[in-house]
Amino acid sequence: MSEPRTLLAIDHVSKKFGQVTAVDGISLDIRENEFFALLGPSGCGKTTLLRMLAGFETPNDGRILLDGHDIARTPPNKRPVNLMFQSYALFPHMSVRANVSYGLEMERLPAAEIRSRVDAILATTELVPFADRKPEQLSGGQKQRVALARALVKRPRLLLLDEPLGALDKKLRGAMQLELKRLQHEVGITFVIVTHDQEESLVMADRMAVLKDGKLLQCDTPHAIYEHPADRFVADFIGVMNFVPGKASSDGVVAVNGARIAGKVPAALSPGAPAVASVRPERIRLFPSGETANRTTGTVEALAYHGLDLQLHVRTPLSPKPFLVRVTADAADRRPVASGDQVELGWDAADVRIFEE
Amino acid sequence: MAVVSTAIATLLGTLLAIGVEMRRQYGMGLEALIFAPMIIPDIVLAIALLSFFSMLNLTMGLHTIILAHVVFNLAFVCSVVRARLKSFDWSIVEASADLGASALTTFRRVTLPVIAPAVIAGALLAFTLSVDEFIIAFFTAGAGRASTTLPMQIYAMIRFGITPEINALATIVMAVSITALTLSQRLNRGIIGQ
Amino acid sequence: MVRAADGKPIAWLSERRTPGATPEGRARQGRGGYFVKYQPSRSSLLMAPALVWLTALMVVPCALVLALAFFRRGIYGGIDYTFTLENFGLVFDPLYAGIFLNSARIAGTATLIAVVIGYAAAYAIAAAPRRWQPVFLFFAVLPFWSNYLIRTYAWIVLLNREGLITQLLRWFGYTGEPPSMLYTEGAVIAGLVYNYLPFVILACYAPLSRLNPELAEASRDLGASAATTLRRVILPLTVPGIAAGAVFVFVLSIGNFVTPALLGGGRFQMIGNLVYDQFLTANDWPFGAALAMALIAIMLLVLMAQALATDRAAGRAAEARGQADG
Ligand SMILES: Nc1ncnc2c1ncn2[C@@H]1O[C@H](COP(=O)(O)OP(=O)(O)O)[C@@H](O)[C@H]1O
Ligand SMILES: [Mg+2]
Repeated sequence: MSEPRTLLAIDHVSKKFGQVTAVDGISLDIRENEFFALLGPSGCGKTTLLRMLAGFETPNDGRILLDGHDIARTPPNKRPVNLMFQSYALFPHMSVRANVSYGLEMERLPAAEIRSRVDAILATTELVPFADRKPEQLSGGQKQRVALARALVKRPRLLLLDEPLGALDKKLRGAMQLELKRLQHEVGITFVIVTHDQEESLVMADRMAVLKDGKLLQCDTPHAIYEHPADRFVADFIGVMNFVPGKASSDGVVAVNGARIAGKVPAALSPGAPAVASVRPERIRLFPSGETANRTTGTVEALAYHGLDLQLHVRTPLSPKPFLVRVTADAADRRPVASGDQVELGWDAADVRIFEE
Repeated sequence: MAVVSTAIATLLGTLLAIGVEMRRQYGMGLEALIFAPMIIPDIVLAIALLSFFSMLNLTMGLHTIILAHVVFNLAFVCSVVRARLKSFDWSIVEASADLGASALTTFRRVTLPVIAPAVIAGALLAFTLSVDEFIIAFFTAGAGRASTTLPMQIYAMIRFGITPEINALATIVMAVSITALTLSQRLNRGIIGQ
Repeated sequence: MVRAADGKPIAWLSERRTPGATPEGRARQGRGGYFVKYQPSRSSLLMAPALVWLTALMVVPCALVLALAFFRRGIYGGIDYTFTLENFGLVFDPLYAGIFLNSARIAGTATLIAVVIGYAAAYAIAAAPRRWQPVFLFFAVLPFWSNYLIRTYAWIVLLNREGLITQLLRWFGYTGEPPSMLYTEGAVIAGLVYNYLPFVILACYAPLSRLNPELAEASRDLGASAATTLRRVILPLTVPGIAAGAVFVFVLSIGNFVTPALLGGGRFQMIGNLVYDQFLTANDWPFGAALAMALIAIMLLVLMAQALATDRAAGRAAEARGQADG
């Protein structure tokens, strides 16, 4: 496979609001035709970054290159980039059709072409029955689709979506995640989506960037970020992680109780420095048979049944917080456990990630 | 003059506001009746009252001005108090009744304190308007110097052109207005803050 | 006019800012106090005194004026109680109809200018940083707090032949004849615009400040220029404010007699002056009454037009707010 082409290059971009640095020297490449997610806790600068891409904010520093041309100072109405607003921002005085046509009218396209393109996108987004309704007569999910259609119909090089599913209820959100992905595939447009929901970005994104306090922490595929988080924050933010605090040694971390957690120590970490070892709940085995590099015993404090799997909270001497352990329903059936039981836990050195504390 | 008309207007306007807000629904007619004094051209109200008073053979003077001013003042008080009542939580009235208070006690101890800032703001507004009002006073004052209000005096003076007296008077009126303005801003903020 | 001009903004402000004043606010309150709240008999009792007062001193007098308009003028200025329609006929007499048209033209011009300036000012205020907005608004309504007559007087000081403007021109080296600005139609219009401008600003500011700013951004994002955005998105969504402001200026201007008298020097008759003259100078009360009724009729027409414009825009304004909240 040939190396995918870079569509948008964000080059050391910073944005300050008075004293607050909302975006702090971020560099990112977004590739042609990918579904890219910007993930981070509230207030980390995702919206600000997106608004700079759309042209509603000007960076204090850095360049934004679209196909190699700096667009950082191009006004929003002159960029082949469209934004789907968090509030949808549908024009309340216009029908669905008028909302969707608006952007094409601005391009002064012939009426016939506008009509056929609008019809096509309304069909793709399953909005044909609602074409003559006003936004106030639509449900949340329908409004969301109108906002999407309105941006997509312009065939932008890049579609930016600010928490597009934030206003929807949980069930609808799940359905729309898949729907968005299908649409992106169908129209072949690069999507950049902002979300604070790590699960959402794992499900949808081809690649994702994790931000914190305006800084880029890591940018990679969801799988790589989940398996190899760049630092403790990312490890904690993406998925669920068990942490064992202690001090770094040559081949692992020495926990407060003296136990040794084996794992690969990053080169930057000198022995004796404060460090934290971590392991994902699904990598821990209950009553491990045979050899495992890491072992501990603990008391089951609570059980939660989730259908496919069983989640245990296990109090261990390794850390002040109970361990979260996920075992498959099968395994649980083979050896049932109850609250208060003593259990043995084990995991491999290869599943341990060690970070600077 | 302004004090008396403000007092009457505040009382009637507040009661009206509570009465209206207690209704489940009210017709356009009632709404229009309350709104009319604020929008009707002054000159029309002025000549209407002039004709009315003269038909009744009422001697005109300060008392007729007061009667007239209450008409629009109460409308303004009512609209300010109603705005406050729209966000009023009526369940506190229920709570008071539940705790054994009579309707009157409830009004005195619960309702009134809550809407007091609005009532005072309304009263202040009415007072300012009354002091300022010129046209209706002009028509309903009748002859006689005793019933001359300040704006009438100013009007009479301005017609003669620019004189030092008007300049002095204007300065005084401005100073008074700014004081009233500051006061009412404080109160208004109080209402909004709640 | 002073009272309406002075009072309305305050009533508006408090109404606008009280959350319960909106239908949504009322709905949010839920059913608390439902049974104490709705007591029709007690409500009537509370409303009675005020309604009696309003009926006796507003409705009856106005009805009287209406009745008066159908009588004949007595020989010595009294009233001759014989039914006639000629007062209304006289209203349409070219002489008086001309004054009506003139008033409408002056009021219309003042309205137009006030709406353009006021909307621009309101737009600028709404676009300013949030915490500065109250300060700007405060200064916008500041003139309201001085006496109407004194404000008008200030214009006399400004515009008269040896006034501030003339002196300013002199200071810049102008030596010709002092321009005659006072006692012109322009002066009357300037006075009206100045007096009612704060109204328009407040009326337009309310919907503008509640407009979701993302709507304008969405329009820009879809390729519209700033001007197109204003024309196709912002203006249509703020029609109610514009209509309310325009109606106020128009209604208050057309019935005004003080400004034409003082700034027009009596040379520019408007309906207000005409009514004034019939009652206090010419002593033709029936004709004055007919003129007043014509004034009311114009006012009702304008109000109806406003209701129409606002009704159409009401749905979309509510929606615009909903989006801003959500
Ligand atoms: N227009 C603005 N003026 C001042 N501060 C702002 C502005 N927009 C955003 N900020 C600040 O910048 C930071 C990042 O905001 P934002 O980009 O909205 O975060 P996110 O979308 O990730 O939640 C926050 O601290 C926010 O308060
Ligand atoms: Mg955001």
